[in-house]
Amino acid sequence: MKKLSFHPCGNYRETYAEELAIFDTWFGRISLIVFLVLLFGLAPLFASPYLLYVLNNIGIMAIAAIGLNILIGYTGQISLGHGAFFGVGAYAGAILATRLNLPFFVCIPAAGLITAMVGMIFGIPSGRLKGLYLTIATLAGQFIIEYVLIQWESLTKGTMGITLPGPSLFGWDIAGDKAFFFLIFICLTAMTWFAVNIMRSKYGRAFIAIRDNDRAAEGMGIPIFRYKLLSFAISSFYAGFAGALWAYYMVSITTEPFNLGLSVEFIAMVIIGGMGNMPGAIFGATFITGLNELLRFATGALMNVGWIAGMGLNMAPLREFVFGLAIVLFILIEPKGLAELWRIVRSSFRLWPFSY
Amino acid sequence: MDFFLQLLVNGVCVGLLYGISAMGFVMIFKASSVLNFAHGELLALGAFIFLSLITWGKIPVAAAFILTLAGCFLLGFIIERFFLRPLIGEKLIFVIMLTVGLAAMFKGLILLIWGGNLHTYPEFLPPSLEMQLGPIYIAPVYSATLVISIVFLILFGLFFKKSSQGIFMRSVADNQKAALSLGVHVRRVFALSWAIAAMVACMSGIVLGIINGVNVHDLSAIGLKVFPVVILGGLDSIGGAIIGGIIIGLLETFTGGYLSPSLRDVVPYIVLVVILMVKPYGLFGLVEIERV
Repeated sequence: MKKLSFHPCGNYRETYAEELAIFDTWFGRISLIVFLVLLFGLAPLFASPYLLYVLNNIGIMAIAAIGLNILIGYTGQISLGHGAFFGVGAYAGAILATRLNLPFFVCIPAAGLITAMVGMIFGIPSGRLKGLYLTIATLAGQFIIEYVLIQWESLTKGTMGITLPGPSLFGWDIAGDKAFFFLIFICLTAMTWFAVNIMRSKYGRAFIAIRDNDRAAEGMGIPIFRYKLLSFAISSFYAGFAGALWAYYMVSITTEPFNLGLSVEFIAMVIIGGMGNMPGAIFGATFITGLNELLRFATGALMNVGWIAGMGLNMAPLREFVFGLAIVLFILIEPKGLAELWRIVRSSFRLWPFSY
Repeated sequence: MDFFLQLLVNGVCVGLLYGISAMGFVMIFKASSVLNFAHGELLALGAFIFLSLITWGKIPVAAAFILTLAGCFLLGFIIERFFLRPLIGEKLIFVIMLTVGLAAMFKGLILLIWGGNLHTYPEFLPPSLEMQLGPIYIAPVYSATLVISIVFLILFGLFFKKSSQGIFMRSVADNQKAALSLGVHVRRVFALSWAIAAMVACMSGIVLGIINGVNVHDLSAIGLKVFPVVILGGLDSIGGAIIGGIIIGLLETFTGGYLSPSLRDVVPYIVLVVILMVKPYGLFGLVEIERV
């Protein structure tokens, strides 16, 4: 198959293989490899512990965001319960690790599978419901799971939380930000690879058909209920996987973070990154996590400014306000998200000086 | 038996509150098919504006009430004009996430201005509203709620049945294209329905504030509890919202009273999931017929 050096200026694809190709040009493939080498080679060497911590958080969130993107961006089913699914994964991982003393490389995928199961249960309403009603059903799922996590004390220790043992691989203890950086980003790369490829398969095409018009998809012979459930399962698997990783990284977990706010953050990542776009989910996770950290700094700095501290104002809610503002502005101005901005920037370079 | 009766009365009172909180929500959905996640924050905003007017502005209660309603009416217009109108015809998720973003913005703003503490209104309800029916005690706030919600229901009934704007709104809700072709100004109807809905929301926020005190977190939680209520009642039926509200209120108080207080807050959502599985469009909702 011929590999182009430059992007074509129109759609000149002649075979399905070309249509399905991930990289249009050899340049794209090489730049990705270079990026990965730089990421794994340089970031752990030069990044400060704080930066590594932020990067690790971005990696974990990106895994969950990719999963949610499969559900929202590709299958068109909205879930407001992914924060809770993330929590289910975290708890499943923690319980497997503490009760059964399983090693982490069993715990994390197992936690993903358990979450996929839970996700499928809350995906059942999607068989009969669409759009608004399904959104509300997943919202209810969020509250129910939160309640179960807090109240099922014999298993989850309620509000006490669970402390996890440190993961170790063949006698090598994974501890500290640097070791986790490798663990998290290897997982992220693998999960992205899997997600990108599943979208090129029969399943991915079925998901997209369901998103575009589920009645029409059904008419074309796609068993939509089964595929919707599958989409819920895959996407909750990602959420659960990310949750379990997060639990290991945070060492101890409580039920508190897995609230509706987290679900909203995940959706915000998908939307701000760009729906139906794999790199978009990673952009979105980076943006939201970065914004959170930035706002934490900003509110902390503002608190120390004399006249604001003098007025007794609490600047912490500023975070919430800016977060909401970012969502609103992205939806109003660039609904296709950061991925689209990135595409515009790239194509204006490519088409220069005729970029209009 | 007394306990049962007391729970029953409390449930109906709480339910009526949920019902009137849901009314504004249903109105927006009916006219423009927007699921408003910022509803709880609108409730809170109304309650806080009223609070500021009577405690800091020292304005008499009746005047403050009217001023707040007018302010929220305007706010509804502004929200529709600047945030929702550009999204007409966009995908559902964008509209939903826009209201979620608005909710975060409003909540942040309210927390910045008024803080997260519990505020209370000064006493202004006449004690003569207190009712004692045999063994059952009805606090003055609850009877005030009863009166206010009945008054508003009648007003809305009249508005929708008699006034031309109300009839326009119903026609748009029924069939947008047909309404447009018959000369109804659909955009104005959207704006008006947001304005009225914001007004209703702020009115219910004030009532909730009188009963439970004014606190952002509580009020925005009620904004989420509206969902089970409207699903029970059907997303597009105002009368259904009241009935759904009462059912949810009863469910909550009975679970709280007989089973366990912690189950109280989650029971509406469990019922919601069950209902959605059995009757996908709610108990009184309209079944959508869809063609490819």
